[in-house]
Amino acid sequence: MRKIYMDYAATTPVRKEVLKAMMPYFMTEFGNASSLHSIGQSAAEAVEFARSTVASAIGANPEEIIFTSGGTEADNLAIRGIAKANRDMGDHIITSAIEHPAVRNTCADLAKEGFKITFLSVDKDGLIDPVQVRKAITTKTVLITIMHANNEIGTVQPTREIGRIAKENGVLFHTDAVQTFGKLPIDVDGLNVDMLTMSAHKIGGPKGVGALYVRKGTQLKAMQTGGPHEGNRRAGTENVAGIVGFAKAAELSVKEMGSESARLSKLRDRLIKGVLSGVKEAQLNGHPTKRLPNNANFSFLGAEGEAIILKLDALGIEASTGSACSSHDLAPSHVLLALGHSPLEAHGSLRITLGKETAPKDVECVIRVIPKVIKELRAISPDIKEMKNVKWADYKDDHDHDHMHGEEED
Amino acid sequence: MVTSNVSYTKKMMAHFANPHNMGRLDNPDGVGKAGNPVCGDVMHLHIKVKNNKITDIKFQTLGCASAIATSSMVTDLAKGKTIDEALRITNARVASELGGLPPIKMHCSVLAEQALHSAIEDYRKRHPHSPAKPAAKKGSAKPKEKK
Repeated sequence: MRKIYMDYAATTPVRKEVLKAMMPYFMTEFGNASSLHSIGQSAAEAVEFARSTVASAIGANPEEIIFTSGGTEADNLAIRGIAKANRDMGDHIITSAIEHPAVRNTCADLAKEGFKITFLSVDKDGLIDPVQVRKAITTKTVLITIMHANNEIGTVQPTREIGRIAKENGVLFHTDAVQTFGKLPIDVDGLNVDMLTMSAHKIGGPKGVGALYVRKGTQLKAMQTGGPHEGNRRAGTENVAGIVGFAKAAELSVKEMGSESARLSKLRDRLIKGVLSGVKEAQLNGHPTKRLPNNANFSFLGAEGEAIILKLDALGIEASTGSACSSHDLAPSHVLLALGHSPLEAHGSLRITLGKETAPKDVECVIRVIPKVIKELRAISPDIKEMKNVKWADYKDDHDHDHMHGEEED
Repeated sequence: MVTSNVSYTKKMMAHFANPHNMGRLDNPDGVGKAGNPVCGDVMHLHIKVKNNKITDIKFQTLGCASAIATSSMVTDLAKGKTIDEALRITNARVASELGGLPPIKMHCSVLAEQALHSAIEDYRKRHPHSPAKPAAKKGSAKPKEKK
């Protein structure tokens, strides 16, 4: 059976060119970038070259890039690093209700240490209103952290406007750009961001490496103690091969961004149109136009997400869901809930994310298969007529509605 | 996205892929319901009873793979059984017949047991002259919290 991978927002295969670039740094050029001898210096040069590549991909200076173990660490470093460095200035952080758990749970953790967190709500398409950001700012606000684009529903936020508001009010602004880096043009000055999170494995790089951009002059407290690596901001021997691979993936993604983004947007629009016209009682989640070029997210009434995923998987199609039944705490995705979805809508979600290897015939195949799968599951389901109007509060006792503990991982 | 490392047995996946006794019955003698749309799993069971025996049983389920598989399994187990025998089918039995369920999915087997008990209760309400209930059993018939 031919496999069709459609979960590129979760991760991507490492690109050939990336693997090739990494290979020497495992055995031949294995040096520690902190060592003074030749092989160490050769590793240090590779890391510095990679730093310039990543920096130039976002219009930054090399010394403003801190390599990390990935997006989650970069988010932690940005949020905790700013919160702790500016504790005397204030204790208020503004974020959104639809952040990735790396941001969401980090903010929640800081709340336990006495920080006040404002979780801004989004509209039905998942958009943040910049006016609400402005209103939320107080004299105690030390950080605004709002993602560039959402990993589940693909909505791209008005990051530049939010950044402008942050700047005007003298508040630092961090954005998690894991889903947009290498896919949408990013210029840290244009976006008015002070910090920006990136990850390698979403763009054909290896897992376990990412970076945080930190604008020059920004006070940031390191999160782990150790050596003076990464300008004293991230202790630990550099993952040289990973960093080299990350830079190669960034270079290729930026080079191909224009054509690839146009190609994927076309496939995405075809997919959305095909699925919505092929399945009754289906809806698109996320903004119709302000969305990632590779993301489509649907809700199907009367079919449950995990069952959809497993039916598709049996047919060789790999996708993902925000359904409760696939999470450890049985709560549906906080993102779908933030959109104001009913239980039926939130439980029947399907995310399809496209990438480098996605061909038009793959999209056509998915468009053919999804209606069959949904039909099969709806045939098993009781009549959903009465269930459509059920609200979350209707079965409050059965359902702990605290969504702070979602086990969500991409 | 929400993810988990749930691993299912071959038998469970077989019941999910090709569920047994799917659908509804015309003029059922009892209808049982369990679960709710907020939790994401809704199970309906229809039974036909003749001479105190479940002669036919069908299910309709909206829910995850294991909810569908436990529905299928509980109908297999209850078919042909007397009412008393059917009442002794526990959620643990449903799960073990499927080769086990991941701990987080055990609630699906609880729903299956609840739906069966609810169908039998409904049958007894509709047929008050059917043989009396056996002595109350230890808790397994009581509706349980989903988690």
